[in-house]
Amino acid sequence: MDIINPTVVDLSRFQFALTALYHFMFVPLTLGLTFMLAAMETVYVVTGRKIYKEMAQFWGKLFGINFAIGVATGLTMEFEFGTNWSMYSRFFGDMFGTPLAIEGLMAFFMESTFVGLMFFGWDRLSKQAHLAITYLVALGSNLSALWILIANASMNVPEGGHFDPETMRMQFDSFVHVIFNPDAQSKFVHTSVAGYVSAALFVMGISAFYLLRGQHKQFAARSFRMAALFGIISTVAVITLGDVLGRMDYEKQPTKIAAIEGLWHTSKPPYEPWILAALPDDAKQENHFEIGVPFVLTPLIAHDFNTPITGLHELEDAAGPRIQSGIEAVSALRRYGETHQQADLDIFRAHEEDMGYGFLATRHAPNQDVTNISAEALPKVIEETKPDILPNVFVTFWAFRLMVFLALYFFALFAISSYVSLKNKLERNKLLLRLCLWSIPLPILATEFGWITAEAGRQPWTVFNKLPTFLSSSTHSVSYMVFSLAGFTLLYSIFIAAELYLMFKFARLGPEAHDAPHDDATQHPHLTAVSSTPSAAH
Amino acid sequence: MELYAILKLIWAALLCVLFIGLGLMVGMDMGVGTLLRFVGRNDGERRTALNIIGPHWDGNQVWFILGGGAIFAAFPTLYATSFSVFYVVMILLLFSMILRPVAFEYRSKADSKLWRASWDWVFLISGFLPMFIYGAAFGNILEGVGYHFGWNGQYYQDSSFFSYLLNPFVILCGLMSVSLSVYQGGVMLMIRSEDPIYGRARTYAQRGGILAIILFAVGGLFISRMKGFVLTAPVDPAMPANPLHGQEVAQIAGAWLHNYAVHPALWLLPVLGFACMVLGVLAVRAHNGGLAWWVGLGSWIGTIGTVGAAMFPFLMPSTTAPNQSLTIWNSTASAYGLSCMLVVALIFVPLILCYTSWCYYVMRGKVRTADIIHDSHSY
Ligand code: HDD
Ligand code: HEM
Ligand code: HEM
Repeated sequence: MDIINPTVVDLSRFQFALTALYHFMFVPLTLGLTFMLAAMETVYVVTGRKIYKEMAQFWGKLFGINFAIGVATGLTMEFEFGTNWSMYSRFFGDMFGTPLAIEGLMAFFMESTFVGLMFFGWDRLSKQAHLAITYLVALGSNLSALWILIANASMNVPEGGHFDPETMRMQFDSFVHVIFNPDAQSKFVHTSVAGYVSAALFVMGISAFYLLRGQHKQFAARSFRMAALFGIISTVAVITLGDVLGRMDYEKQPTKIAAIEGLWHTSKPPYEPWILAALPDDAKQENHFEIGVPFVLTPLIAHDFNTPITGLHELEDAAGPRIQSGIEAVSALRRYGETHQQADLDIFRAHEEDMGYGFLATRHAPNQDVTNISAEALPKVIEETKPDILPNVFVTFWAFRLMVFLALYFFALFAISSYVSLKNKLERNKLLLRLCLWSIPLPILATEFGWITAEAGRQPWTVFNKLPTFLSSSTHSVSYMVFSLAGFTLLYSIFIAAELYLMFKFARLGPEAHDAPHDDATQHPHLTAVSSTPSAAH
Repeated sequence: MELYAILKLIWAALLCVLFIGLGLMVGMDMGVGTLLRFVGRNDGERRTALNIIGPHWDGNQVWFILGGGAIFAAFPTLYATSFSVFYVVMILLLFSMILRPVAFEYRSKADSKLWRASWDWVFLISGFLPMFIYGAAFGNILEGVGYHFGWNGQYYQDSSFFSYLLNPFVILCGLMSVSLSVYQGGVMLMIRSEDPIYGRARTYAQRGGILAIILFAVGGLFISRMKGFVLTAPVDPAMPANPLHGQEVAQIAGAWLHNYAVHPALWLLPVLGFACMVLGVLAVRAHNGGLAWWVGLGSWIGTIGTVGAAMFPFLMPSTTAPNQSLTIWNSTASAYGLSCMLVVALIFVPLILCYTSWCYYVMRGKVRTADIIHDSHSY
């Protein structure tokens, strides 16, 4: 079988990572802000206090600026599977396309249709109806996260389907298994709650900015408190679910968890330390230095004190027989595809579980053809393929560490902020306010590190244990990839510049500019006095 | 007929519905985008035009997203192959599509003249280009595309993208879709605006409609002459969905009229298309925007239906490996996947139609320039 030009594969990977990470700079805010808007509006509808309507409208405007780019970059993601990952889409489309299409039908339609009414419907709908719309938008955005993560989880833990030799692809056989894939469920909660953390810190940081400048005090103090409380709850949830995800990786993706922990050799419980920092060396397959906390690793991952956790070397050795068996599976599959002999099908069935490992050997087979390896060449091919089953340990290890360290920082920050804000001592704590302001981008950063952990740790597979990444992409020429990458770089740079410009502009202007620009700005720390008819603005 | 074959047929029909919905709803917004610089002579007028579709464009765009998603789910092989075969064109389409959400949200949020004028150009490009490519893709597919598959299903492209872009029939199809979108956009502006936007929109809607009639007729002549594809040996419609599973296909001049010859009732589809376009132009002349809008739906049904009836059961024939051509029998998802999706679609599509209509109902009425410039929620 021909293998795809490795440069094209690398560029496709680079492009996917770039565009996905970019999409995910905007999505967390959408996921969280929609719920915060709904919460603010609820208070408005229940208590009738105008300030909460202003809060919802002001934060809603910032939400809109963010939302547009989320939508735009999401379109790219949807195209990219077809344009750049053709083999993957054909091989896995039966299982992956369904959640994606349901996402469109169930979530995007709802979110996108109602977001228009949310922005434009203030004067046309009753208070209650508008509130209901805002909740539907929040629900829609979170449902879209649910379905896309179900799709993503099926790549990490392919359950609910089997490989069909007649169609040469994975076929769907249990909707229930795909939806209730435990990986999907915990991924969903972890990710959407990570979005709430991002939104909470965003609102808290901008409110801190007003408090520092002594503007919109009442507005800012209220927003700050709401965000701090929302944030502390979300951070606790993010950490709890992070633990569940680690457990899931331990059960289903041993190579990922070993890479996350930088564990080259099977652990020796109970002493085995949890490594705080190290320099993993992928070429030499060892860590250069290690600082760790003894006795922590085993309970952290296995949730008991005496289960050994398999190391990367041991995983690599265990892959040998699977590669050999996989090569037989792929050879039988090819013969079956050409002649449809029952005997070949039987051989394939016997080795089916290892098929992916056979594909993985393609790169090292003579003429890149696993179906035609001589008995003498076989041991060498297997030996050379073994290290390929490991992800990049340095990247996975550090991406995970940075996410976790940030989580601990958020916990402290929200805890202190909630306390200070409940004691009404915010304005005296300039340092805390400044810290909140400067921390606005950090949850986004943590989310990106989380994705790098999850996706880099899944390598070398696009569909775990079934389809290797280097076989998944389209057979393009390099020039195609250069063309699209250049375009994305240009457009995405324009987007981020425009977004930051408008965000800063409207955040600086603050809530009055939104609702009563005709009044003198200096009069306006007392928001309760501000007229709130939306049509009175500029 | 076996259940699997019936499911394949249902999904082929749903695919047409989706293409019609996409053409109508996304096309309408794209038409407004294309016309923006022409119906609005100053900033206030342009903002008015934008705010007419302002509350709805995002919801409408989901037709487009769902188009991708549903092809991915129901016809994974088609999704994988077509998006890659048309790579350069698809990426251009994508670039123009992703500029649009940003343009809506950002255009009126800064006061600079240059800022707004730039976004107005973006609207023109991101209205014209996607609709052009949408139509052109149908043209390409009718002519056949060069690709084949390896033993494991990896696709290989056999001809360069230049051969797809630059040929008269493809350009004609692209312009056909643009003119329908200009018609629909113009009609939408008529329904919800007052003079002077109303009058200008009415002129463009008429021109769009008339151009569509001419292009549809000329396109029909092309199709009747071109080398279409036919299955020369019967296939089992319930076969496993794999294009390598053996079928015999020949490319013969005039073959796209084969289905019409066998089932003359199919001629009703092009007739419907023509009738609706003519009626549409008349309705626009008679200042009846509401009628013209609904007749626009008929035009899309007629055009997409005509193409679908001509090609059945082909989805994307291959010129270089005709036996591996994608048909609705060999490129769908599994029976299980199709049934799941069908259940989901039966629940959600009616729901979507309901709440979308409700949103239009809530936002009904004329949009006036005077209201726009004082409303901070507007675009
Ligand atoms: C604000 C963001 C944020 C924070 C503070 C954390 N995470 Fe996280 N993490 C994410 C945001 C995130 C994410 C971006 O949302 C990921 C990427 C994929 C996913 O499902 O969630 C993720 C993935 C992810 C994975 C990989 C899942 C996989 O294999 O697919 C693990 C094991 C953890 N997280 C564990 C943790 C732990 C133990 C944390 C705290 C102590 C933690 N995360 C804090
Ligand atoms: C449904 C959701 C997702 C799917 C199906 C998916 C799928 C993929 C695929 C096919 C690749 C290419 C293989 C590779 O290069 O490793 C990839 C890589 C990658 N994706 Fe995802 N992805 C999803 C979500 C995300 C998101 C939201 C992000 C980030 C915000 C992300 C970050 C990455 C990164 C960083 C890589 C590069 C990893 C590497 O090459 O080592 N992914 N993903
Ligand atoms: C790699 C796979 C992904 C694809 C194909 C994808 C696709 C899309 C598309 C097409 C949109 C625009 C929808 C609209 O017009 O309303 C979008 C927006 C969105 N996506 Fe993604 N997405 C991916 C990854 C993710 C992930 C992993 C999440 C969440 C966990 C997510 C959450 C959202 C949300 C909340 C929106 C709403 C608008 C916004 O982003 O601001 N997406 N996505």
